[in-house]
Amino acid sequence: MIYLQMFFSFFQIGLFSFGGGYAALPLIQGQIVDLHGWLGMEEFTDLITISQMTPGPIAINAATFVGTKVGGVLGSVVATMGCVLPSCILATLLAKLYLKYRKMDLLQGVLHSLRPAVVALIASAGISILLTAFWGTGAAVALERTHWAMVGIFAVCVFLLRKARLSPILVMVLAGVLKLGISLLGG
Amino acid sequence: MKEKNGALLWKLFFSTFYLSAFTFGGGYVIITLMKKKFVDGYHWIEEEEMLDLTAIAQSAPGPIAVNGSIVVGYKLLGLRGALVAVLGTVLPPFLIISLVSVFYSAFRENYVIGQLLEGMQAGVGAVIASVVYDMAAGVVKEKNPASLAIMAAAFGAACLLEVNVVLVILACGLLGVARTLWNRRTRV
Repeated sequence: MIYLQMFFSFFQIGLFSFGGGYAALPLIQGQIVDLHGWLGMEEFTDLITISQMTPGPIAINAATFVGTKVGGVLGSVVATMGCVLPSCILATLLAKLYLKYRKMDLLQGVLHSLRPAVVALIASAGISILLTAFWGTGAAVALERTHWAMVGIFAVCVFLLRKARLSPILVMVLAGVLKLGISLLGG
Repeated sequence: MKEKNGALLWKLFFSTFYLSAFTFGGGYVIITLMKKKFVDGYHWIEEEEMLDLTAIAQSAPGPIAVNGSIVVGYKLLGLRGALVAVLGTVLPPFLIISLVSVFYSAFRENYVIGQLLEGMQAGVGAVIASVVYDMAAGVVKEKNPASLAIMAAAFGAACLLEVNVVLVILACGLLGVARTLWNRRTRV
């Protein structure tokens, strides 16, 4: 049953994304794009774009978006609840333990080992996104089929983020405008 | 905290709803704003305690904004407080994205918006690359060989071997338990 499947998928996303922010990306990609195919890589990237420009955690946005697409209003409620439930259980439990004992060194130790892994996983998700951006969905990576305009926009964006220190939202909007400009000029 | 619990619950709900609806830029930003509101504004929580609650919010799995509101709600009003705070935090993005999803396909087929979104893919890629660079630099600066090995191994497993992300996280979590227990034993 699709609702149960979605609930369980987003439960896993909620349960295994440590570190907030982008940490949920690789999990969302794994469950939603790779495993169940509820979104294509392009839609997934659109979703991240939308998430960046609206308030709220990416995981919640993803749950609502995928839930609506696959199962309407009921789907979005089920997926969002699945996504939040692990937090409800574990954060409450940790708060309870903390208010009682005020010590959590084992947990800190686990997080210390998870952090480098999470960085690597986010990097891996980022690479999938760039592959789609530069070569299109599912296309083979070949030099002559590269969308050079996208590579150029990527380079400009990295420069604006690292050197000019512009805000991510502004940089993304500029990336969109650049692409539109290039296409209108005859790309 | 002399107000009646009911009034306090409503105040908690509106506070978390408001913070969630107007916070762009992810979990860390919203935690800072929560501190401003609940510690400096309402004096519901002590400064020191808020720091520890923040640590818990970052340690628990799931979105930091959600965890933050859960621990604050729980600290203030127990389980009811946690539930009300979660509802307040989740509703704004839920409503906004529901609306967006309804219009998404129509939007996507529009030529101008399609091109904008396509260009933004390169932008998102750049944002993630930049975030990864900062995070990886933090790990490298630690100069801990085990952390570097974990980072390299996790990358190889996920990107090259396409191992399930959940497995990678479970393995690294278990490794963390082992490392902590080992350190404890050698320290004593």
